[in-house]
Amino acid sequence: MSLKNKLHELKLKYQGTKTEPLFNAFHTFLYTPNEVTHSGSSIRVVDDLKRTMNTVIMALVPVLIFSMFNAGYQHFLALGEIKKVSGGFFSPEFWSFSNFSVGFVKIIPLVIVSYLVGLGVEFLFAMKKGHEVEEGYLVTGMLVPLIVPVDIPLWMLAIAVIFGVVIGKEVFGGTGMNILNPALTIRAFLFFAYPTWMTGDKVWVNGLVERAKDANLDAISGETILGSLAAGKEYMYSVKEMFYGFIPGSVGETSTLLILLAALFLIFSKIGSWRIMLSAVIGALFMGFIFNQIAPSLEGTKFYNLMAMPYWEHLLLGGFAFGVVFMATDPVTASQTTKGKWIYGFFIGLMSIMIRVFNPAYPEGVMLAILLMNVFAPTIDHIIVGGNIKRRKNRLKTA
Amino acid sequence: MGLLTKKDAALIKDPLFDNNPITVQVLGICSALAITAKLEAAIVMAISVMFVLALGNVVISLMRNIIPSKIRIIVQLVVAAALVIIVDLVLKAYAYNLSKTLSVFVGLIITNCIIMGRFEAFALANSPWRSFLDGLGNAAGYGIILVIVAFFRELLGTGDLLGLGQKFMGHPLLGNPIPGEMSGLYALGYENNGFMLLSPMALIVLGIVIWVQRSKNPKLKED
Repeated sequence: MSLKNKLHELKLKYQGTKTEPLFNAFHTFLYTPNEVTHSGSSIRVVDDLKRTMNTVIMALVPVLIFSMFNAGYQHFLALGEIKKVSGGFFSPEFWSFSNFSVGFVKIIPLVIVSYLVGLGVEFLFAMKKGHEVEEGYLVTGMLVPLIVPVDIPLWMLAIAVIFGVVIGKEVFGGTGMNILNPALTIRAFLFFAYPTWMTGDKVWVNGLVERAKDANLDAISGETILGSLAAGKEYMYSVKEMFYGFIPGSVGETSTLLILLAALFLIFSKIGSWRIMLSAVIGALFMGFIFNQIAPSLEGTKFYNLMAMPYWEHLLLGGFAFGVVFMATDPVTASQTTKGKWIYGFFIGLMSIMIRVFNPAYPEGVMLAILLMNVFAPTIDHIIVGGNIKRRKNRLKTA
Repeated sequence: MGLLTKKDAALIKDPLFDNNPITVQVLGICSALAITAKLEAAIVMAISVMFVLALGNVVISLMRNIIPSKIRIIVQLVVAAALVIIVDLVLKAYAYNLSKTLSVFVGLIITNCIIMGRFEAFALANSPWRSFLDGLGNAAGYGIILVIVAFFRELLGTGDLLGLGQKFMGHPLLGNPIPGEMSGLYALGYENNGFMLLSPMALIVLGIVIWVQRSKNPKLKED
């Protein structure tokens, strides 16, 4: 008997019981559901929510693999056991097995905790409400481990995931009804609840918090570039390293190159909105450019370092690229109208850089910017749709 | 209760659960968010409101037949303000530190929607004894929610309650968080949740309280 038949049998057996959604979920996850419409006829597209989610996950896999190598690379670099990468993207210093194994051991638990806890909460709610388990957590569960510092304790992640899924999504009615991006809600919760684990110069490199308790405190530092700029220090990474992603940061956000490839993949598979991505980049460049112009008059102030940074480098640093490609384009929380997408994206870019520069305590401006614009997205759509209705009414009058 | 008739007892019992001023009528939210970071402050706030509301209700009820209806709001405000000033002065005299933590929020009891609401909706139309009971009940309903929210916020935010741990054990109830001499939960890697001390979290905790209450109480089911 094939797996498909077996699953179908199980599904029939548990029909009407509380655990029904559980079997349904596995069934739909592996195969196309064998349900048909109950009345009338309708056309099904192949490209359902599940396929959409899977495409995003495919785009995330290279980023995840890179992040494992990078976690190990930063780990050994901080220990002083290896030299900095001197060559191009495929340098053997970076892509070594020892790097990978360190990162693998560190990052796979993050992924497992994220999925186990998140899906657990989803199952609970599905059973309680008696509906199908929604696919919404598939992507969130993959995004979450990629946007936290590598050293984050697992129980904190678990609590944050519970908070994010329940308060960020389920209270609004589940997938498709949420106002805020659940993955960013989870990160924002961590950021405000446990700031010592989300900011500073120790959390970005594997094991640094533990080692920092030893005697030679000053010898090790794993600051992010934005962190050291905000503290008024120089950073010692080249633009090439920033672009390739050989820098400390949240697990999966560092490699702008891979995120760019993922963005192209998402655009060509028509999953992610290129309008949002492009307008966010324009917004960020615009804000960065303005800051560049006024920076000389503010020399000596605490804003100077971040303001004077070449405006295009903002795109390479911090979580900007990751946030714009994977979070801002979330079809549920973004603006739905075409014009609205331009406005929504533009302000995400603008606010990210503004928060980054003006509030060094929150270097991850992109997280707060996206959450803020998530809240405004329905209002933007409302105004745009209202404008369309008005215009058409006028057209009718004149005709 | 031999002291109270059934109808009178309902005046106290209703606002505690089925008709709670905060969770059901959604009044008095502002102070519930502002002063619930510490349990001590929440308890003192609850007692202050109880004093103002119960006495104010009695005063208004006694005067209900001689207040011209055109200026009744001003009369109500004067009564509330007088009582709030008494509370404020007492706090300053006997619990100075606490009155500093509560700062403007004691003064802002005047603007607490529950107080004006009860004066207007109940005391103006009922006898002093019933008004007194109504004031007690509503203030208790307000206080209970304040205490619940503050309990979770203080315990999870600072690991301590009412400073009891500090007083008797020399460290918070959940353990000692100082590196090197960690004990209790902190030794296991637990950390305080700083978000709990910020007022957005008060709103979320309050929301969860409302959620739990609504799903447990059949009278509050909405279709």
